[in-house]
Amino acid sequence: MLIDWFTVIAQVVNFLILVWLLKRFLYRPILDAVDAREKRIAAELADAAAKKAEAQKERDQFQHKNEEFDQQRAALLSQAMEEAKAERSRLLDEARKAADAFSSRRQETLRNDAHNLNQAIRRRTQQEVFAIARKALTDLASTSLEQRLEEVFTRRLREMDGKAKQGLAAALKTASAPALVRSAFDLPAEQRAAIQNALNETFSAEIQVRFETAPDLVSGIELSTNGQKLAWSIADYLASLEQGVDELLKEKHKSEAKAEPRPEAGTERKPEAGAGPEPEGPKPETTSR
Amino acid sequence: MRLSPDQMIFWQHGFLKLNGTIVFTWGLMFVLVAGSILVTRKLSPGLRRSRWQNLLEIVVTAINEQIKEVGLRQPEKYLGFLGTLFLFVAMASVFTIVPGYEPPTGSLSTTAALAICVFVAVPLFGIEDRGLGGYLRAYLKPTFIMLPFNIISELSRTLALAVRLFGNMMSGTMILAILLTITPFVFPIAMSALGLLTGMVQAYIFSILATVYIAAATRARKPEPGPED
Repeated sequence: MLIDWFTVIAQVVNFLILVWLLKRFLYRPILDAVDAREKRIAAELADAAAKKAEAQKERDQFQHKNEEFDQQRAALLSQAMEEAKAERSRLLDEARKAADAFSSRRQETLRNDAHNLNQAIRRRTQQEVFAIARKALTDLASTSLEQRLEEVFTRRLREMDGKAKQGLAAALKTASAPALVRSAFDLPAEQRAAIQNALNETFSAEIQVRFETAPDLVSGIELSTNGQKLAWSIADYLASLEQGVDELLKEKHKSEAKAEPRPEAGTERKPEAGAGPEPEGPKPETTSR
Repeated sequence: MRLSPDQMIFWQHGFLKLNGTIVFTWGLMFVLVAGSILVTRKLSPGLRRSRWQNLLEIVVTAINEQIKEVGLRQPEKYLGFLGTLFLFVAMASVFTIVPGYEPPTGSLSTTAALAICVFVAVPLFGIEDRGLGGYLRAYLKPTFIMLPFNIISELSRTLALAVRLFGNMMSGTMILAILLTITPFVFPIAMSALGLLTGMVQAYIFSILATVYIAAATRARKPEPGPED
């Protein structure tokens, strides 16, 4: 008999015990471990997916921010460039204006310098010319010339026109001091007498006359009384010539308001041709040498 | 000549006896349970695990997959029974490489016991799944005329299970013993290797047939295609 029934029963029991033991010690723990691992992996995968999604989101955000930043930067840059351009043009304008002003000022200065130099040269020339003329005339002047001058003076005195004559006459009459006759050289007695005569005849009165020598007249004779003056002298001519030249220069540079210092302080009017006796203001003769 | 380890009797007291089949079975049980305890004592649910744990995981999940492929929807429920069938038969043949060992499955008593377990388990699982009426009605299908044939089929397939495994295992052991007397060198090794192969194939056949029977009993009403393959 191949089948032993006791053994069969024993094996069935053995097998059932083995099933229970293996269930207890093999299948359940292993399956639990596998399940736990699968759950864990699934959780990790889900976590990774979530993290990935989050990272994607953050990346998008970052990209968005980056783009915004780029735009802002570009805007700021262009704005700054425009400002810089405006500033540059402004500075250039300023510099150009400053340069213009500087150059015009420089030109002005140059012009002034040139003008001043011109004026100095003119003044100098003028002074030299008058000094030469004055020197020459002084050298030429002599007693004989004084005689001629006396003749000219007396003739002028006699030919004096009415208005001047009246003024002078009134001055002579009201004068308390004797009338003063000044000459460059000491006048001889006959000339003094001639002048006295001429005065007496002209004004039909006895005129008190005092003679005086004044070398600064260069050459000439001057009658002054009580503020009125009748004169004929080369100094007068020279003074009036100087005045005329000064006026000419002034006219030439009319644009300049600068008052030029005059070489001569002569302020008297230009004597008329022939140096006729003319009534003068109360200002004194200031012909200086 | 000894045909089965049943005849290797160590102790006997009347009806009770302790023969080679029972002793070798206990040895197998001890090895299986002790190995399982040793490995599963420190299981790690993490990604790093020991090689033995890996091996057992592969075996268990492979059996689980096999049950699922046959068509049982909750393989974990049947894993204890079917997995133990496979492991027991496979280990019984694997241990033939140990000298002096005789596989307990080479005893018709053991294979009959296993076949009886399947014979009982199939209706139990069927009734659990479909209820008593549902299970019994399956015997009347397609018509009531088939009832006797269905019953005969139940019995004969159980007998076939037992005898097939017994024949294969016993023949392997017998061939080895005969060859050892004829050509003591080299050739028995080749036959031993062949015996290992046939032992593994028989283990697979035995457990897969049991799975098929259970599957037939539980899902006879309609093979629902589960969400998983």
